[in-house]
Amino acid sequence: MKLNSLTIIAAALAAGLTSAVAGNITGKVTLKGTPPAEKEITQLKDDANCGKMHTEPVKTRFYVVGAGGELADTVVMLKGISGKSTGASATPLIVDQKGCEYSPYVGAVQTGQSIVIKNSDPVLHNVHTQPTVAGNEELNKAQMAGGADLTFNFGKAENFLKFKCDVHPWMFSYVTVCDHPYFAVTGKDGTFTIKDVPAGEYTIVALHRKAAAAGMEQKVTVTAEGAKADFTLEVK
Amino acid sequence: MSNPAQKIWLHRFAVLTALATLGLVGMGGLVTSHGVGMAVPDWPTSYGYNMFALPISTWFTGGVFHEHTHRLWASWVGVLVVALTRWLGGSKSRLPLIVTGLAEIIAGLLLLRLGADWKGAGHFLSGIGSVVLLAGILWVKHEPATRPLPALGWWAFALVQLQGLLGGLRVVLDAQVVASVRLGTALGIFHGCLGQIFLVLLCVIALLTSRWWQVGVQALACSADTLKRELQPSAPLRRLMLATTILIFLQLIIAATMRHQHAGLAIPDFPLAYGKLWPDASTEAVARYNAQRLEIGGENPITSFQIILQMAHRGMAVLILVGVAACAWKAKSSSNARPHPGPLPRERENGSSVLARFTMFWLALVFVQIGLGAWTIWSNKAADVATAHVLVGALSLVTGALASIICFARFTGNTETRVADFSNATPLREVSI
Repeated sequence: MKLNSLTIIAAALAAGLTSAVAGNITGKVTLKGTPPAEKEITQLKDDANCGKMHTEPVKTRFYVVGAGGELADTVVMLKGISGKSTGASATPLIVDQKGCEYSPYVGAVQTGQSIVIKNSDPVLHNVHTQPTVAGNEELNKAQMAGGADLTFNFGKAENFLKFKCDVHPWMFSYVTVCDHPYFAVTGKDGTFTIKDVPAGEYTIVALHRKAAAAGMEQKVTVTAEGAKADFTLEVK
Repeated sequence: MSNPAQKIWLHRFAVLTALATLGLVGMGGLVTSHGVGMAVPDWPTSYGYNMFALPISTWFTGGVFHEHTHRLWASWVGVLVVALTRWLGGSKSRLPLIVTGLAEIIAGLLLLRLGADWKGAGHFLSGIGSVVLLAGILWVKHEPATRPLPALGWWAFALVQLQGLLGGLRVVLDAQVVASVRLGTALGIFHGCLGQIFLVLLCVIALLTSRWWQVGVQALACSADTLKRELQPSAPLRRLMLATTILIFLQLIIAATMRHQHAGLAIPDFPLAYGKLWPDASTEAVARYNAQRLEIGGENPITSFQIILQMAHRGMAVLILVGVAACAWKAKSSSNARPHPGPLPRERENGSSVLARFTMFWLALVFVQIGLGAWTIWSNKAADVATAHVLVGALSLVTGALASIICFARFTGNTETRVADFSNATPLREVSI
C-alpha cells in the first residue's frame, strides 16, 4: 500500500514536470534582396502642425532592415493553437502617437488583451480601427491633444489589424491579434524570443506586411532547452 | 414672371448656386482624394460641437479642414437651393415650404426623443426644417418662373436634402456591413454620383433661366413646323449626344467606385498597365503587386476587380473621346451647312452654331480630362491632380447634358405668351441658326 502511494505521487510529479517543461523559441529574421527605397512622407512635412515636430525628413517604414539584412517588424508566432489566450490578464500593449506617427508601427497582442492608445502630440488625432475579421469591431474615436488614453481589445485572431488616423492620413499602426500567448515581434536586430512554449512539435510562422504577408512557415520542436528558428524572407 | 430685372437676377442666382455646387463637388473630391472622409468621426456634430461652432483651431487641423469645410459648404449650398426653390416656385411654393419645414422640425424633435443614437439625425432634420420654414414665411411674394422651372426647383430641393443625409449617413454608418457590402463604401459611391446629378440639375436650371434660352429657343417655338424641323439638329446627332452623355455618367460611376475603395492606384503605370497592354490580374500577380506597392496612405490592398475596373475606366475614356469627337464633327458640319446670315445679338443665336461651339468646348474638356487622368497616375494619385480630374469630369458631364438638352429642345407647344414676356423676343426669321 505504501509502495502504491509512492508510485502515485511519483507519477503525479512526473506528469506535472512533463507539462511544466517549457522552453523559449529564439531566432532571427533576415531579408534577402534589396528592398525598395523608403519614401518621404511629404504630407507630414507639409502639415502645419505635424511638420514642425520633425527636423529630419520622415519616411515610410515598409522595410526596417539592418546592415546585415536583419528585418524588424516581423510577427513570429505559433500556428494552429487556439483558445489559449491569457489576454484578459496580460499587460496592455501601449501604442503612442508622437510626432504624428504611431509607435510601434507593428505590434502583437492576444485576444482580449488591452491595446492602450496614447496621444503625446499637441494636436488632435482620431483613432480608427479597421479590422477585416468578423467579430472584431471597427471603431473611430476622437482623441484631443492631452486627451485621455483610449483602450481597445479584440476577440478574434487577425493579422495586421490596421489602426489609422484619418486626420493625418499617413499615420498607421498594425497590430496582430493571436488567440494564444506564443508570439513575438522582431526588433531592429531581426531577433525574436517566444517565451515559455510547452515542449512539443509546432509549426511556426513569420509574417511581414510586405515580404511575407501570407506567412512563411517551418516546423520546430521545443524541449526544455528551447528551440531555434531562423527565417530568411525575400523581397517580392 | 414678367419683370425682366427679376428674371436676370433669378438667372444670376441660379448660376451662383450652380457654381457653389461645382465648388462643393470639388471639396468632396478633395476629401476623398486625401482619404479624410472619416476625419470628423461624428455627424451632424463635429467633434461633439454644433457644426457651426467648431473651434477654428480644430477646423484647421489636418484632414478635419477638408471634411469640415465640405460640411459647411454643403450647408451653404443647401440654403441657396432652398432660396432658389422659393424663387422659382413663386408665392405658390410658400405653403409647401411651410408644411415641409414644419414636418421636418417635428420629425427632428421626435427623433431627439428616441435617444442618443438619433440625436444627430434629429438635429439635422430640425435644422433643415427651420431654414425651409423661414424661406416659406419670410421670402417676398412674386410670380412663379415658367414651367418646368418650379418643378426643377423642387427636384433640387429634394436632392440637396437627400445628399446631405447621405453624406451624414456615410459617416455614421461607415463600418456597417449589409449583405457583404460595406455601407460606408456604398453610400460614398452613391453620394458621389448623386452629387454629379445634382450639379447637372442646377446647371439645367441656370440654362433654362438664361435670357439666351428663353428668348432664342422659345422664339423658335412660334415658328412654322417645317422650318422648326429644318432647324433642329439631326436625329443621329441628338442620339449620339445623348448616348455619349450617358457614357460619361457611367464613367463617373466607375470612377466613384474606384475612388471609394480607398485602394490607391490599382494600376500604377500609363499608358501601359503593369508594363503590358492588358495586365495579369491572377491571384498570384495581385499578391505580387500588393507586396511591391509602397502606399504612403496605407491604402487597402488592391484586388483583381479593381484592376479590371481601372482598365474599364481607360477603355470607356477612349469610347467617350470618340463619341464627343463625332458629336463635334457632326455639329460643325451641320453648322457649316447653314451659314450665318450676319451678325446678331448673342442671345438671338440658336441651334447648330451654338451647338457646334458647345461640342468643341466639350471635346477640349475631354482632352484635358484624359490628360488629367494620365497625370493622376504619373503623380501617384496626388490629391490636387485627382481632384482636378473629378472636377473636369463633372464639367464634361454637365456640358454633355446641356448640349443634349439643347439638341432635344422640341420647340413645340404654344409658348407665345411666354415669348411675349420678353421685350426683345424676335420672330424666327430674325434668329440666326
